[in-house]
Amino acid sequence: MEAWRVEVLVQKQQPDPAGTAAQRALGAAGIEATEVRSRRGYLLATGLPEAQVREFARAVLTDPVVEQFVVHAPGASDPVLPRGQHRITVLPRPGVTDPVAHSVQKAMVDMGLPAIATGTYKAFDITAAAEPQDLTQGARRALANDVIQEVLYGRLPPGLPGAGGKADLAVHPIPLAHLDRVGLETLAKNGGLALDALEMETIQAHFGKLGRAPTRMELETLAQTWSEHCKHKTLTGRVRFEGKVIDNLLKSTIAHVTRTLNRDFCVSVFVDNAGIIKFDDVDSVCIKVETHNRPSAIEPFGGAGTGVGGVIRDVLGTGLGARPIANTDVFCFAPPDLKQEQVPQGCLHPKTVMQGVVAGVRDYGNPMGIPTVNGSIHFDENFVGNPLVYVGNIGILPTARAHKQAHAGDLIVALGGRTGRDGIHGATFSSLELHTESEKISSGAVQIGDPITERKVMDAVLAAAAEDLFSAITDCGAGGFSSAVGEMAEGLGAEVELDAVPLKYAGLAPWEIWISEAQERMVLAVPPGKLERLRQVCAQESCELTVLGTFTQSGRLVVRHGGTQHSDLDLQFLHHGLPVRERDAVWSAPQLADPQIPPPTDLRRELLTVLADFAVASKEWVIRQYDHEVQAASAGKPLCGLAEDGPADAAVLQPKPGSLRGIVLANGLNPRYSRIDPAAMAECALDEAMRNVVAAGGDPDYTAVLDNYCWGNTRQAQKLGELVRATQALCALAMTYRTPFVSGKDSLHNEFRTGDRTISIPGCILVTAMSVIPDVTRTLTSDLKRKSSLLVMVGTTKRELGGSVWWKTKGQLGASVPRVDPALGHRVLIGTARAIAARAALAAHDCSEGGLGAAVVEMALGGRIGVRVDLDKVPAPERLRAEELLFSESQSRILLEVPPDRLGDLQANLRDTPFAVIGEVTGGTDVTFVHGGKPCCTVSLGDAERAWKRPLDFDGTLVQEAGR
Amino acid sequence: MSAPKILILRAPGINCERETHDAFTRAGGAPSFVHVNELVQAPDRLFDYRVLAVPGGFAYGDDISSGRVLAQELRHRLGDRLLRFVDRGGLAIGICNGFQVLVRLGLLPCTQGRLEEEVTLTHNLSNHYECRWVTLRTQKSRCVFLPPDLTLRWPAAHGEGRLIPRDTRLAQVLRDEGYAALCYVDAEGQPTEQYPQNPNGAPMGFAGLCDRSGRVLGMMPHPDRSYLPTHMPDWRRRQLADGTLPRDGDGMVVFTEMVKVARAEG
Repeated sequence: MEAWRVEVLVQKQQPDPAGTAAQRALGAAGIEATEVRSRRGYLLATGLPEAQVREFARAVLTDPVVEQFVVHAPGASDPVLPRGQHRITVLPRPGVTDPVAHSVQKAMVDMGLPAIATGTYKAFDITAAAEPQDLTQGARRALANDVIQEVLYGRLPPGLPGAGGKADLAVHPIPLAHLDRVGLETLAKNGGLALDALEMETIQAHFGKLGRAPTRMELETLAQTWSEHCKHKTLTGRVRFEGKVIDNLLKSTIAHVTRTLNRDFCVSVFVDNAGIIKFDDVDSVCIKVETHNRPSAIEPFGGAGTGVGGVIRDVLGTGLGARPIANTDVFCFAPPDLKQEQVPQGCLHPKTVMQGVVAGVRDYGNPMGIPTVNGSIHFDENFVGNPLVYVGNIGILPTARAHKQAHAGDLIVALGGRTGRDGIHGATFSSLELHTESEKISSGAVQIGDPITERKVMDAVLAAAAEDLFSAITDCGAGGFSSAVGEMAEGLGAEVELDAVPLKYAGLAPWEIWISEAQERMVLAVPPGKLERLRQVCAQESCELTVLGTFTQSGRLVVRHGGTQHSDLDLQFLHHGLPVRERDAVWSAPQLADPQIPPPTDLRRELLTVLADFAVASKEWVIRQYDHEVQAASAGKPLCGLAEDGPADAAVLQPKPGSLRGIVLANGLNPRYSRIDPAAMAECALDEAMRNVVAAGGDPDYTAVLDNYCWGNTRQAQKLGELVRATQALCALAMTYRTPFVSGKDSLHNEFRTGDRTISIPGCILVTAMSVIPDVTRTLTSDLKRKSSLLVMVGTTKRELGGSVWWKTKGQLGASVPRVDPALGHRVLIGTARAIAARAALAAHDCSEGGLGAAVVEMALGGRIGVRVDLDKVPAPERLRAEELLFSESQSRILLEVPPDRLGDLQANLRDTPFAVIGEVTGGTDVTFVHGGKPCCTVSLGDAERAWKRPLDFDGTLVQEAGR
Repeated sequence: MSAPKILILRAPGINCERETHDAFTRAGGAPSFVHVNELVQAPDRLFDYRVLAVPGGFAYGDDISSGRVLAQELRHRLGDRLLRFVDRGGLAIGICNGFQVLVRLGLLPCTQGRLEEEVTLTHNLSNHYECRWVTLRTQKSRCVFLPPDLTLRWPAAHGEGRLIPRDTRLAQVLRDEGYAALCYVDAEGQPTEQYPQNPNGAPMGFAGLCDRSGRVLGMMPHPDRSYLPTHMPDWRRRQLADGTLPRDGDGMVVFTEMVKVARAEG
């Protein structure tokens, strides 16, 4: 469709940060440009006369102080540029969400102009001695994502995308009766259904009994609902392991812990979108962590952003609507300095993935007005094809509104964004392994977020909740309406009419509308008498509302379009017809041994190398791009200390301004340990999360935890065995720590196939811990505060260097992975928490990756104050060498800064727990370690800071800061 | 004396309305939320209030440029009511995105008393959003409620905060004639252009402006996120040094003084 093209550019004499950023990105892709200037492009449909186009461009599209604009009339010829100058234009592919276009349209209407079709694009004027082909290739990688954007060389965008094609409205019965096993499998595979032969046979038998073929919509609904993503069929299936049959792994392990502990602060567990625990007499807090790995591998920015959007909706849809108050995000990537030739075909470079993911979280979380308060980032080569993106959210809601129930007769109401072809087959896609071609074939599964639409939905839902206008709510996530309505209708029935669903563009078949994963939509059950008021609330919040149908008592999921019935599914079969999966699991320890590493001659250099490892290095570049202050509830920030750059162990939130009551939030994860023993990985994740909670002043006895699995292909017995082993270890420790699991999630089949090679991620369980505390003014940070304080180590250090960062810097893995002694670990947590509550400590920091050495330096850096540590004093059951004491990653260890006159209070609270005074805050500018009575390692704070900050300083601004 | 009525403007994408509301409540004001959709239906409701507050956020996604779409809506739907509101003795504050909106509207700095865009708030030199605490110094200014010579720490959190005046002459006017009410300062308390003390690269360290009447104030950093003592990043050190927590955080002064003036003017 022909259109006006308005291009806005920064005036020549003004700096153009977007152009400079593009220049840097092109440089990284091997295109050396001497100058890049950026343009924002707007497409306006031809209905408007030129004078109005110019007036709109001048008054609205252009910043009069620093920008100017040019107008290209419909049909204008492409720009003619001087030699050495190139024009690159980047525009969204047809059907990809373009959120800005709506705002442009709104601004036109506000100005009194007609609401014509609009679109946006970007363009770059590049001065470079490069061939057009190379430049276009480079721009595809550096300035665009091929999956969602088109790159044009030297051309203006042709115009606006068309209005969409004609929809195929036919019902499409899919005959199954004549198919054998192979035929069923082929049908499932070609349709992207992610159902196996047994499941297809079950469906075949069900419809055989009914004497008809399933419709395409019915088959798609079953595939969505029965997907690994929605039903967790591996973890809820039957597993044979070490001579025993485990019925429903999830129920007999994770849920069993929660049931057995029966903690009184649990309000709602495993039944809702998020786990809910009590906060105070009136309110509860809920928490959910999700993964969004597959979409983020293909399109990191959109994938991570919609991941954040999804988990926010999970919390918004918890109980009768919770207010989201904080985000937490944990990522796993391949190292960002991986050589390009080590990146398999079909994968984006890990640095590109990391930058895209961080930008995606930033550009969704920040506009939502929800602070990202906490997180961590992990690196391992085997994440190259399957980066992990864990996104979490916490919400607050009145305890009286923690439970929901839809009723027959309630209207089915959808709120929020319009439905398009985005994310079709997201749920089933996430249950398949990725391979070289995934980038090409699965672009339909990519979703682009629109946070402002979600913000409108959130404001509308919370306003409606305050007036009690609905009886149940859930989010539209994987599977779209099919999953959301299907879940809410369980135990009832539903009649749905899809005609009224507002679409982004024409041409969607009814089954596509039904399973589309278009973002920013919620589904509510609304008593008919409350619909009018809900309409008013939504109009006020500029949030679109659609009545989809009615909940019934029929036990059937009936869906119509234009009066034609497309689905009549038995809800009992939909939710309980899934055949129980039976799998074998085995575990055999890998053949590993500890390396023989001669005692290092220069421990200072070893320490600096450990500090500079990506696992330990400062994450400040990431943290500062997230808004961690919005909502004004932050009493413990992600960066702490004198210069606000020290690492915090946990976030402290004070969600009610009139009350000192608070939340402490932390995570624990170490993928590397999984390469040696997944049981160690699982235990250490829980122990680390709990150490972080305690170090920040949380209460280990009022803490709920979440388990989030990301695993390789569990169809392999060994991989499933690893998972079972990890789960059993995790549950045993959780029983001792008395920490109930309140929510969890799994993402299986994280494998990447390239040629004849399969890359599987190390099995990961992220443990997220949330503690409720009575008084935030009793929390503390990790930075050393005062000269002459004592440094105290709680816990014991063993020769546990297997999987350690230090050995990684030597290219070694080893075998002696840290394990957790549950009884000792519990005493450390409880005793340390009591000592902190008694105000015996000024600072606390957990020892994790990089061991004691890294932890001490981080505390000193945070306080910009020197410290001297006598390694001989470190409690250890056997005599260890200096480097072992420095870099062992033994668990259940917390460092405390204790004023000399508070040592008695510390002792009183740590009676049965090993601890020792190991050093003193000197007030100098060095960190010194002593061994055998002699200094063995001295590092200046300046050198330590540079080593620690440089690796992930992608803008080159943090280290310059270190020079102050 | 009754608590002055404060209009907290809401709009799609504005997201700091609750903390702004809470801070005004703590200061003794009587804030209430009004959605822009309500206000454009009955624009004269503006005159029921003593104070207009435009909170931070991403109004309409900051699409086109920050604050642009909301500013455009207010200009066309409210007409000259905003100027009349100030002329009749109203006070106004715009924080972060709210500041961007008031600047695009032309209500700030409004040196000629008419709505035109004299300055802009544009992309940080880093080209991305950044959240960090900054040190500010309140300048001797026209502002009728912000006391001068205070050193304050507030968090800044924005991607488009570089304040650029239309020309150098205007820049000097802003600095020398009492419009530049707040500046990013270095360790010596002097206005700075140096990153990271100045997070966006604004010339002369400009962080906040008031208008000709001194009744309208806007700033990029957030007093609404620093009004409680436990908001401050160094509250533990302050507690350790003084044995107790201060009563307020550094941002509280804005709300207290604004309410005080609004109340005194009745």
